[in-house]
Amino acid sequence: MLNTGDILQTVRMIREENLDIRTVTMGISLFDCISDDPMRLEAKIYDKITRSAKNLVSVCEDLERTYGIPIVNKRISVTPISYLGTTLPPENYVRLALTLERAAAALGVNFIGGFSAHVQKGMILGAQNLMEAIPEALATTEHVCSSINVATTKAGINMDAVAKMGEVVMQTARRTAERDSIGCAKLVVFANIPEDNPFMAGAVHGIGESDTVINVGVSGPGVVAAAIREVGDCDFSTLADTVKKVAFKITRVGQLIAYEASRRLGVPYGIVDLSLAPTPAAGDSVAEILENMGLARTGTHGTTAALALLNDAVKKGGVMASSHVGGLSGAFIPVSEDRGMIDAVRAGTLCLDKLEAMTAVCSVGLDMIAIPGDVEPETVSAIIADEISIGVINNKTTAVRVIPVIGKGVGETVEFGGLLGYAPIMPVHRESAVSFIRRGGRIPAPIHSLRN
Amino acid sequence: MKAIITVIGKDKKGIIAFVANACSRYGANILDISQTVLREYFSMIMLVDMSDVTSVGFREFSDALKQEGEAHHVDIRVMHEDIFNAMHRI
Repeated sequence: MLNTGDILQTVRMIREENLDIRTVTMGISLFDCISDDPMRLEAKIYDKITRSAKNLVSVCEDLERTYGIPIVNKRISVTPISYLGTTLPPENYVRLALTLERAAAALGVNFIGGFSAHVQKGMILGAQNLMEAIPEALATTEHVCSSINVATTKAGINMDAVAKMGEVVMQTARRTAERDSIGCAKLVVFANIPEDNPFMAGAVHGIGESDTVINVGVSGPGVVAAAIREVGDCDFSTLADTVKKVAFKITRVGQLIAYEASRRLGVPYGIVDLSLAPTPAAGDSVAEILENMGLARTGTHGTTAALALLNDAVKKGGVMASSHVGGLSGAFIPVSEDRGMIDAVRAGTLCLDKLEAMTAVCSVGLDMIAIPGDVEPETVSAIIADEISIGVINNKTTAVRVIPVIGKGVGETVEFGGLLGYAPIMPVHRESAVSFIRRGGRIPAPIHSLRN
Repeated sequence: MKAIITVIGKDKKGIIAFVANACSRYGANILDISQTVLREYFSMIMLVDMSDVTSVGFREFSDALKQEGEAHHVDIRVMHEDIFNAMHRI
């Protein structure tokens, strides 16, 4: 029989430390839906998604019961929609978003990602029209997530797209103003977007993927926080080893679920994403991990170092536990989804500039940050440009998901509900970046992109 | 297929009896039991063979035991043994 201590440890992780599988995400290629008849395109997309994922939710529910571990979200990612209707006008892209919404509702999944475009070097007509359609699409759907890749280390930064996305974010905020601009919580701007990411809002089914695939995102900040609390006053080597061991165990559960979901659904297994994803629940916080390492409050000096150690150790432990690792794979620091981060913002310790520094050493970027609704679009673009530069120069994925909350200002709180949580509105710099953003064109790829 | 049943809660008389009873009713064969009481806290781990549990699926068996546990104010979880093997064995 197994060691009783090991069994009780697993049960404790699930019962008390919020260990869960954050998401089982099925990627579905929609290339075989392409049609020159817009109505037929919509019908084929709906049929393909609902046919491919018809058992996704029930299989995941069976897995939850069999293994006794919650699978918090069941999600779908699809081929970036901009590739499917390249000649369609923006209003047809809104209809495609509504098609995705109908499919998601029919299947009972939590989110569907892929209302997306890759524009790191230039914008095809389909990408331009999709970007035009984003505010309306996100205002009229609940489950659809949108992502735009504006840069890669290879291509540099498409600053025209960055400028455009500042406007799109503001328009999306205004279109959903009556619901605290929640549309922006479903919109993310990327550098070096991964094509197998199971996490929202950035999940897409990349063009190099198979017809369908299962990707799994693990969670478990509470488990890591508890392990660090337990190990107590030790040196950094022991601290890193502790995180590695826990990350290994968490990831093994992800691997098991990924393998079983793949087998039961008859869909190839893609990757396990080794991310530490927090929730607003007590004891499920990445900030708490950093504070258990010895920081009085997240955001104070030492935070970046603590996060760097955590992020690296999570990957080292996780990579040994899974046959294929991918997606975003790192510690997430979404402010509104992490109680410790929220408390640190309220205490005045954690600011936007510090968060930006933290994203240089972790996954994934400025995430779920509420800012005042009266900011200029160019300010949003400049925030995006800064964050995207960190990704491009450091050969990593970075992203921006900020929510300019229309009608609210610094000090007020906004409530998104569920996993999206709640957030105090954070100040931004008010000095203008308009002349910089309006230059247009591309920021060239960095010298180290030339690796051949 | 084997499953691990864990029972956690405040100690009182008859916990093992009712869990064993439920197992017997559904056809689960108890292979091993380990039980500890720390202060007032009771924890039991039971390894069961599920191959003769044919009248209901794993999910229903798990739900039924969970409900019985709630009626007796203890937390009962039935989990496939593979989750423990995955986490604790290389």
